[in-house]
Amino acid sequence: MATTHTRSHARLMMAPSVLLLFLWMIVPLAMTIYFSFLRYNLLMPGMEEYTGFLNYQFFLTDPAFFTALGNTLLLTGGVLLITVIGGILLALLLDQPIFGQGIVRILVIAPFFVMPTVSALVWKNMFFNPVNGIFAWLFKLFGAQPLDWLAQIPLLSIIFIVAWQWLPFSTLILLTALQSLDEEQKEAAEMDGAGFLSRFIYIVLPHMARAITVVILIQTIFLLSVFAEILVTTNGGPGIQTTNLTYLVYAQALLQFDIGGASAGGIVAVILANIVAFFLMRMIGKNLEG
Amino acid sequence: MGSITLENVSKVFGEAVIIPKLDLEINEGEFVVFVGPSGCGKSTLLRLIAGLEDVSGGRIVIDGTDATELPPAKRRLAMVFQSYALYPHMSVRKNIAFPLKMAGASQAEIDKKVSEAARVLNLTDYLERKPRQLSGGQRQRVAIGRAIVRQPSAFLFDEPLSNLDAALRVNMRLEISELHQQLKTTMIYVTHDQVEAMTMADKIVVLNRGNIEQVGSPLELYRNPRNLFVAGFIGSPKMNLITGPTAEGYGATTIGVRPEHVVLSQTEGDWKGTVTVAEHLGSDTFLHVDVPGIGLLNARIGGEMPLRHGDTVYLTPQRDRVHRFNAEGMAIKA
Ligand SMILES: Nc1ncnc2c1ncn2[C@@H]1O[C@H](COP(=O)(O)OP(=O)(O)OP(=O)(O)O)[C@@H](O)[C@H]1O
Ligand SMILES: [Mg+2]
Repeated sequence: MATTHTRSHARLMMAPSVLLLFLWMIVPLAMTIYFSFLRYNLLMPGMEEYTGFLNYQFFLTDPAFFTALGNTLLLTGGVLLITVIGGILLALLLDQPIFGQGIVRILVIAPFFVMPTVSALVWKNMFFNPVNGIFAWLFKLFGAQPLDWLAQIPLLSIIFIVAWQWLPFSTLILLTALQSLDEEQKEAAEMDGAGFLSRFIYIVLPHMARAITVVILIQTIFLLSVFAEILVTTNGGPGIQTTNLTYLVYAQALLQFDIGGASAGGIVAVILANIVAFFLMRMIGKNLEG
Repeated sequence: MGSITLENVSKVFGEAVIIPKLDLEINEGEFVVFVGPSGCGKSTLLRLIAGLEDVSGGRIVIDGTDATELPPAKRRLAMVFQSYALYPHMSVRKNIAFPLKMAGASQAEIDKKVSEAARVLNLTDYLERKPRQLSGGQRQRVAIGRAIVRQPSAFLFDEPLSNLDAALRVNMRLEISELHQQLKTTMIYVTHDQVEAMTMADKIVVLNRGNIEQVGSPLELYRNPRNLFVAGFIGSPKMNLITGPTAEGYGATTIGVRPEHVVLSQTEGDWKGTVTVAEHLGSDTFLHVDVPGIGLLNARIGGEMPLRHGDTVYLTPQRDRVHRFNAEGMAIKA
C-alpha cells in the first residue's frame, strides 16, 4: 500500500507525461471542433465563416451517414465475431502437441505482419478477382458461376479481409491465456467427470474471459476506423455499400473538399466511438476487475 | 468398495524408468501413505492410480475390476491436489457442486449434498465466496469438500498440506484423520513429511526411486526397518548409522541406533564424546555428540538436561534396540 506521501510524489513524477499526452489529444480535438463550426471548403479558400451547427445538420441528415454508421457497426461486429470465435478455435488447436508446432505458430502469426493495404490488394487481386482469383477458379472447378465478391457481397468481403488480418492477434492472445491455465485445474475437472466440452465451457472459457475482453476492446478501437482496406478494394462502393464512418469523413474532406463537414463527421465519429467504448466497458469491464 | 491392487505396474517417461515393476495391495477402508524423498515417484504412482497418467505396463484393479484402461472419471476416485486446483471463477458452492453437476445430479440432490459437505467441513459460512477470498486451510477444505460429495470409493491426496503453515498443518492433519474415521473410505495420501506419515497412516509405503522399500504399519517400520533406507527415512530425528569396528563388534556392517534409544550418562558408558550442540526444547533435549572413532551421534533425552557445548558425556545404546544391517544394507534378523 502506498502512503499519501509516495502517492503525491508519484503524481508529481507522472505529471509531465500526462500533460504531454493531454496536449497530444486536446490540440487536434480542439482544432477539429473549431473547424466543424466553420463553413470551410478547400475550393473556396479564404471564405471561412462561422455556421453554427449547420455542418452537423448536413452530416447527420445525409442518408449516407446512416448507411455508414450501419456499415461501421456491421464491419466491427462481424470481424469481432470471426476473430474471437476463430481465435479460440485456433488457440485450442495450437495448444495441442502437434508436429511442427513452432512453424505452424509462426505461420499463424504471419498475416499480422502484412500491411493492411498490401493484404487488401492481395485479397482483391489474387483471391476475390472474378476472372483470375483463386475463389473463382475453385467455383469453376465445381462448375459454379464465379462470384464477383467485391461487387456482389462487398461488405462481407471486406469483413473477411480485415478478419484475416486480425485473426493472428486474437489467436496469439487467446493462446497465451490458454497456456496459462493451470494443468492441475484441468486434471481436477477431468477427475470430476467433466468431458471435453464441459471442461471447455466451465473451466477453459471462464479462464479466457479476461483475454477475450482484452481482444474485443483493443480490436474495437482499431476496427471502428478501418480505412486502408476499403480504399484499395472498393473505394466505399459499390455506391456506398462499404462506406464506413472513417471513409465517409475522408470522402467529405478530400473528395468534396469540405473541411467543415468532414470535421463535423470526425467529431460525430469520436462521439460514436466513445458511446461504443462506454457500453463495451460497462458490458465487459466486470471481467477485467479481480 | 475401495480396494485397489497394482500388479506389475511400471511407468516410463521416454528413456527414464520412473517406476520399475511394482506390486501393491490396498485394502478397503485403509489409510495408506506413500512416503519417500523428492522425485522418487510418489506423485507419479498416485497419478497412475488416478488415471491421469497411462501405465507403461501392468494392471490396476479397483474394486475387483480391471481399471487399467478406464478414464479418470470412470474410476470412482477423487483427488485432492497440492495446489488445491479450485476453479477460481466459481463460488465455493459451485466448486463443491461441480462433480455432482457433471454427474447429472438433480438440483435438490446437489443442494443437499453440498450443504452436508459444507457442514462436515465447517464451510457453511463461506459457500458464496470465491476461492481467492479464502485462507489456505479453507481452500484445502473446499478441495476436500469437492472430493467427498461424489462419495468416491477412494480418495487420493497429493501432498495436500505442503502449502500450509506448521500450526495449520497439524490441524488439517487431524481433520483429515477424523474425516477418515467418519467416512471409512480408502485414502491414499502422498507426503514426504514422515511425521504426517507416522501419525496418519494405517499402512505406510516407503518408496525410493520408484521401488517399494517396505510396506507396513508405522510402528512396524519404526521397530523393524527392512533396510538402511527405511531405517534412515522413518523416525525423527534420524537414526544414527554407525559403521566400522563398532558395528563389527555387533556382527554387522552397519548398526543403527535411534536417538531416543541412547542412554546418557555423565560418568560412564560405551562411547565417550563431547557435546557440540545442545538443543533445549523443554520437553526434550537433542544432543549432538562428537564421539572420536565413531563420528557425530544424535541423542534425544526426555525432559530438560543442563548440558552445554563442550561438556563430556557417555552414550550407551539400548542393547535390544540396536538395528543391525549387512553389507547389502539389509536388516539382519536377530
Ligand atoms: N511428465 C514427465 N516427464 C518426464 N519425467 C517426469 C514427468 N513427471 C515426472 N517425471 C519424473 O519422474 C520422477 C518422479 O516424479 P514425481 O513427481 O512422481 O516425484 P515425487 O515423488 O512426487 O516428488 P516430490 O516429493 O518432489 O513431489 C522425477 O524424477 C521426475 O523428474
Ligand atoms: Mg509430488
